[in-house]
Amino acid sequence: MVNLKRALLFLTVILFAANPFTSVAAEEAHGDGPKSQAEEINAHIKHHLEDDHYFTLYKQGEEYVGFPLPVILIDNGLKVFSSGKFKENDGLTEVDGQFYKYYHGKIYKTDAAGTITYDAEHHPTNAKPLDFSITKNVTGLMLAALLLFLGFISLAKTYKKGSNNLPKGIGRVLEPLVLYVRDEMAVPNIGHRYKEFMPYLLSVFFLIFLLNLLGLTPIGFNVTGNISVTLCLALFTFLITNFKANKDYWKHIFWMPGVPVPFKFVLAPIEVLGMFTKPFSLMLRLFANITAGHSVVMGLIAIVYLFQQQLTVGGSIGVSMLLTLILFFLELLVAFLQAFIFTMLSSLFIGMAVEEHAHH
Amino acid sequence: MVIPNLVGAGLIVIGAGIGLGKIGGSAMEAIARQPEAAGKIQTAMIIIGALVEGLAFGALILGA
Repeated sequence: MVNLKRALLFLTVILFAANPFTSVAAEEAHGDGPKSQAEEINAHIKHHLEDDHYFTLYKQGEEYVGFPLPVILIDNGLKVFSSGKFKENDGLTEVDGQFYKYYHGKIYKTDAAGTITYDAEHHPTNAKPLDFSITKNVTGLMLAALLLFLGFISLAKTYKKGSNNLPKGIGRVLEPLVLYVRDEMAVPNIGHRYKEFMPYLLSVFFLIFLLNLLGLTPIGFNVTGNISVTLCLALFTFLITNFKANKDYWKHIFWMPGVPVPFKFVLAPIEVLGMFTKPFSLMLRLFANITAGHSVVMGLIAIVYLFQQQLTVGGSIGVSMLLTLILFFLELLVAFLQAFIFTMLSSLFIGMAVEEHAHH
Repeated sequence: MVIPNLVGAGLIVIGAGIGLGKIGGSAMEAIARQPEAAGKIQTAMIIIGALVEGLAFGALILGA
């Protein structure tokens, strides 16, 4: 019991030391914050959900503490510099005689004074350079790729030695998952042509699963909760489905067999729309699930600050930790489930496109 | 009359809840009838659940 108490105290200290909301409480104590507490928390959640050129680990006062990531711009040639340069001089920096300003997460070309012009809806009208920067999300993707590479190389090595070898280490975890993807998703949905699509399905499954799990660590990745990432993944499914499709698939879209002729004209536009709504829903589902999960976790942590008056400090920490813990278990399930659903539906769509129909 | 966003969110959640409840309930009944088909029923259940969920999340995000 004493040990448990000590562990809880330790956890609480860690939670506070590494907590991005610590500054909220500090600011309230001073009482001169321009924003209300709820607004501040909203800003924190929004900042976490968005991609960034700067890798934030925690916030100290008004200062985000972390490390800068490289900015890569293509604008009259390649320009590479550290995003730490944006920290000084209010987001304005000069590279090879051209001024760039960092404004609300985007990089704009400006004059020497850093002027930003706005249109009627208060959107900046400045020209933007092509941004190929290694942002926080790209770092997350690279880390995931590296981890997957290391894991699967070790698995592949054991098979090279002979088929009777048992995988060692991380391979013991990966092998059942690979078999699960093959036997539960690829084979039942695609049929005997499943081997062609296994590389894609396995890549997509493990990438999404690992990125979802990385998103639950305190490092603060939100890669699969970025709509550009899920758009790209869904686009791959769309392209594979349509490029690998056989004659029957197109026939079922444009000239549905087995229905009267007038209905064929009605069904064709619906089926064409269906071609696009399927990957669209893939994209939206993954993005929305992960974004919602991250927002709710951060919102529950914010209970510590929002209910201090009503529940006292200890009570609010207890309630927040309990709820966050429960939600984390749910999020672990969601991390797997979303990877499963994405792969499952991808294989289902591919299966629908390549299956050989009996003649009607 | 303007319906506030949060009322819309509540309606979406009610709709998704009814949908998921029906799917889950029928799947339970089906598994009770034919326990040997539990695996297949579960897969179909999760897929349809994901479709309902995707719709609900889509509405929530577009509404917010």
